[in-house]
Formats: sequence, structure tokens, C-alpha cells
Amino acid sequence: MANEVLYWQALNQALDAEMAADDSVFVLGEDVGLYGGSYRVTEGLYVKYGEWRVRDTPISEGSFTGLGVGAALAGMRPVVEIMTINFSLLALDAIVNMAAKIPFMSGGQFPMPLVVRMPGGVAKQLAAQHSQRLEQMYMNVPGLRVAVPATPQDAWWQLRQAIRTDEPIVLLEHELLYFSKGMLDTDAEAPPMHRAAVRREGQDLTIVTYSRMVDLSLRAADRLAADGISAEVVDLRSLRPIDWDTCARSVEKTHYLLVVEEDSRFAGAGAEVAATLAERCFFSLDAPPARHGGLEMPTPYNATLEAASIPTVTSIEQAVRKLLEPLPQGEQR
Amino acid sequence: MDRTAKIAMLRDMLLARAFEERAAREYTRGNIAGFLHLYPGEEAVAVGVLHAAEPADYIVSTYREHVHAMVRGVPPRAVMAELFGRIDGCSKGMGGSMHLFDRERRFMGGYAIVGETYPVAVGIAYTIAMRELPEAVICFFGDGAVNQGTFHESLNMAALWRLPVLFVCENNHYQIGTEIHRHSAVAEVYKRACAHRIPAERVNGMDVLAVHEATRNALARIREGTGPQLLEFETYRFRGHSMADPGTYRPRVEVQAYEKEEDPVTVAIGETLPTYPTAEQIAAAGTDSIARMATHMNEGGLLEAAALEKLQAEIDEIVEDAVQFASRSPEPTLEDARAALDCNRGMEVLI
Repeated sequence: MANEVLYWQALNQALDAEMAADDSVFVLGEDVGLYGGSYRVTEGLYVKYGEWRVRDTPISEGSFTGLGVGAALAGMRPVVEIMTINFSLLALDAIVNMAAKIPFMSGGQFPMPLVVRMPGGVAKQLAAQHSQRLEQMYMNVPGLRVAVPATPQDAWWQLRQAIRTDEPIVLLEHELLYFSKGMLDTDAEAPPMHRAAVRREGQDLTIVTYSRMVDLSLRAADRLAADGISAEVVDLRSLRPIDWDTCARSVEKTHYLLVVEEDSRFAGAGAEVAATLAERCFFSLDAPPARHGGLEMPTPYNATLEAASIPTVTSIEQAVRKLLEPLPQGEQR
Repeated sequence: MDRTAKIAMLRDMLLARAFEERAAREYTRGNIAGFLHLYPGEEAVAVGVLHAAEPADYIVSTYREHVHAMVRGVPPRAVMAELFGRIDGCSKGMGGSMHLFDRERRFMGGYAIVGETYPVAVGIAYTIAMRELPEAVICFFGDGAVNQGTFHESLNMAALWRLPVLFVCENNHYQIGTEIHRHSAVAEVYKRACAHRIPAERVNGMDVLAVHEATRNALARIREGTGPQLLEFETYRFRGHSMADPGTYRPRVEVQAYEKEEDPVTVAIGETLPTYPTAEQIAAAGTDSIARMATHMNEGGLLEAAALEKLQAEIDEIVEDAVQFASRSPEPTLEDARAALDCNRGMEVLI
């Protein structure tokens, strides 16, 4: 049965369901226990499961994420919460040098059922050190998987799948999505964890996007529809691996590709999407793939500048119009 | 401790020395590549500590871990084959010298980023504590590793939650090429543990019996549920940091002091050459842990010289067999590499 829930509630229910089903699942991170989590994701779990399974840690990202690696080696299914992706830079050794490498460099002897959850993205005036995206960093690491749920339903599905799989997974949440609403059907069968979803069908162009930008792209598509422009919106749901077939099918149908990402454009997730789809769909494309992303600057604190530094519904709409604009004779894009 | 146990320790020390010296030769012959960090000089630590551990205990080690693995029971063949990068290596040729793993023996890996062993050990210990099991985790690290943030982060968590970890510092006085007084404001590693209210002790790491006793006592306290312990073993490596390091930053007199080399002519020659002491020089050295143990057993009437020679011959055969085995083992294929990468995927449909 489907209910309307908030994104954090879907994550909370997913944790609860997996912890109830398997006593090797445990949660650790800063303020996840008694406090209930900075974004309420672990609310109620401390009382229900006790301090060993919902562990409040010191502010030691490197070591408590490494603790998760060690526990996974010993057969547990740890879910590490890093308060924001910005702090995960302190845990890169555990995630990149350890979790992503141990199964491989042990010759396949060890599973690594580790989930590292972290919110990222530009929220509300949190300034440059608390507003990063950084997903491209994790995308570039063989041995890791990266999921980016954009809806409560996906948050429920993908967190549960992440806990159940034996490979290390970074689950990137978005600070502005925690209090977004959506329908959650806990009985619905989950699609494969890394399959992309066509959120809106269209004929004239394909917008490939993920996380919070899915909602903005859908709103831009609504506006464009009023002008007779039919945009198809593909939600990647996963950044490693990427479901290229779903993307390519869409591009081969519409012949135009716009990638929308909140992160800065240079060497970002969108660069990989545009490059691979250009290789794969070159002869189907009527224009070079276009990318629309954040500005090349640390996020400003000032509210007006902050808003101007990342894509908005209006800027996405403009990017689409520019991509589809017929060019004067002889002019190049 | 009975005679059999002592002979077993001496045997492992001899194996350690012979294996590592042979690895150095195979490196110069081009059969082993990359970074090769050797253990001669430090044998008493690995042997004393691991002979005091139970089979159910977990071991987390560093990149200087061949000997830890072998004393733990990983066959010399599987270690040598790993150094050769072959499919029959204990990590199937994917890990190499610095990444030996053996799940069955609870040898939880060699870690090549300094300071990684602490959180891994703490995570395993967290699991043990949560499950209320009688096991412990032995966490090796060097003196150079105590200035990483993870040292204090992990010791804090281990003490806070009373986790069953034995932190074992192999203090060989050098952080690669930097002597401990030039890298640490407090050069006595054991003293740092008091910041986290962890009982700690400094022990002569050249005396295998002292190492064994200190470890046995520390593990007994850990199994009583009192939380982590730290042992600092003062030791010395006779070689450079790795095969890429001639070790010329160390004063000759210091190296000689540890080896108690008597012959002034050899010393004089040694002064002029940035080389390592020969196996014979090391064997003759008074503070060398192996010589010390051999003397102890000989003087105590536990082992005659002839028996020692026989033991040495057996060891030489084992090492030779390991090299032959490694040479014959096939190279892993790219399919083997992919299988290792996807080892945990099973039948899962990703997309």
C-alpha cells in the first residue's frame, strides 16, 4: 500500500526493516543514536536496537568509516553515516584505499558489505565548505558503487539493496531532498539497484540528470510542454555503474541530449555521461551533447549568489531552448 | 614454557630470516618487483606475539608482513608465490608483498597506507564485542604510524567501548628514513596510550621470550573484558625501509651497535660501503634476536648445535621449495582479476 512520506522517513523505514531482518546490520556515525540523526534518518532506532547497533561515534570520520571496513571484514553489514559529503574527504582513505580495494587485492577472499551514506549538495546558505557535491570523486573509483536516490521510493529501495549487497556502496543523498514528499509503496518490487528510470516521456530531447536535479528538470519540462517542446527526463539513479542502455534508447529516440547536474561542469558526472553517449549515439545526435551544471566556483554564502551558482528550473529551461534553437546558416554551436 | 614451544619459536625465527633474505635475492634477480619491505632484525616481535595468540584471534598487519603471515600459518609457498605475483599466491597475485590476506587463518591483511591497521582492527573488535565472543584482535603498526590521526581516533574508540584490541608497536626507530627523535615529540610510544587510558608497556623486542610473555599477559587481560592494551616492542631492522632503500641515513655505528660487530676491519670496510651486513655478520651478532634465542636454548641444554644445524637445513629446504613453487605457479589472467573484483557480486542483477 502506498503512503505519502518524506524522503528521510523512507530511509528511516529502510534502516528499520533491514535491522529487524538481520542482526548483522548496524548503524554508526555522529549523532545517529540518542540525537536521532542530523536529518532524522536514524530517529527511533537507538531506543529500538540499543547502543551497539546504533552507535554514536566521536568526530573521527577516518576511523569510524575504517571501523565499518573492519566490521564488514568480520561479517557485519555496517551502515556508516557521514554527516555530510564534505566530511567524507576525511574518510577517503577508508572508502577509496580500503573498502574499494580489499575484496580485489585479497584475491576475492573478503566481501565488503559496507554502506556509506552521506548527504551532499547545495542546501541553504551553508557556505563553501558545506555545499559540495563531489560525486565525480567516488564515480572514478573501481570497486565502489554509487547510488543517488531522488525520491522516497528509491531511497527505500536503494538503501535496502545497498545493505543487502556484498559490495561497498556510497549512497549519496541530498540535503534538500530529506524533507521532500513522495509516495512510498513498501510492497512494490524493486527494480535493479542501478537501473535508470524514465521519469517523463518525451520526443524532442533527452534530459539525463540525477538527485535533486531530477525534480527541477521535470518542472522545466512542464514549462517547456506549454510551448510544445516535449522533453524526456531520465533519472540515472546510479552513478557507478550507469545504465547506458536506458540513456541511449532515449537519445536515439529524441536525437538531442542535455545533461543536468548540480556539480560544477568541469570533469563532473555530466562529462562522463556526455562523453559516453556521444561515443555511443554519435550518429543519432542532431547536435553535440550539451551540459548544464554549477558554476566553476566554491559555493558563495550570499543567498542570491548561491542560487545563481547552480541550475534552476529557469536555467534548465533556457539550456533546453538553446540546445534546440535552429542555428543561422554557417554558425556553429 | 616447554622445550617444544621454544623450538617452534626458534624455528619460525629462522624461517623468517631465511625467507626474507631469499626474497631479497629474488628481488635482485627480478623475480619480485615493486616495494619489498623486509623483516630481518624484527623476528622476535612477530614470533613472540603470534605464538601467544589463539587461532580464533584476528591479525591486522602492515606492509612489512610476510613474517606475520607465515608465523600465523600461511604457507611459505603461498607467500612467496604472492611476492612473485602468481595465481597460487595467498592473494592470487592481486595483492603482492604489501597485501597478504588469508581469510581462513584470520589474517586480515597487510595494509600499505600507514595508519590503516588501527580502524580495521577496531572494526573487527567492535564485531567481537557486539557478539560477546572471547576473541581478540592483534593490530600491528610501526613507530612511524603513531603520528597519523587514525592512531588517536582509533585508540579513543577502542578504549571508549572497551574493545578487545592488542595494539602492537614494532618500534624499529625509523619512519622510513627519519629517526624517531626527529619525528616524534614523545619518543616513547607506550606513553601515548595513557592519553586514552589504555594500559601500555615497553618491552625488549629483541627478546622473543619477553615478547611472548608480555603478549600472553596482555591478551589475558583483554579476554577479561577490560578493553584494549598496547605493547611497544623496541626492535631494529637490519635492512633499509624497502629494497628501494639502501639505508644510508643510518649511522654505521648505530647499525653496528645492534649487530655488535667486533671486527674493526669489517667495520672500516662497512663505513665505506652503503651495504647491508651479511647474513654471517647478522648471525654472529649478539643482540640479534635469533642468535640470542639460539644461545638461550643451547646454554639451557634445550637444543644442541647439531640440532640447530639440522633445523636450519630444514628451513633452507622449505624456502627453496617455496621459491620453486612460486616459479612454477602460473601468472594470473585478466579474467582472474575480474573475478577478484566481482567476487561479491554473485548472481545480483545490477541494471
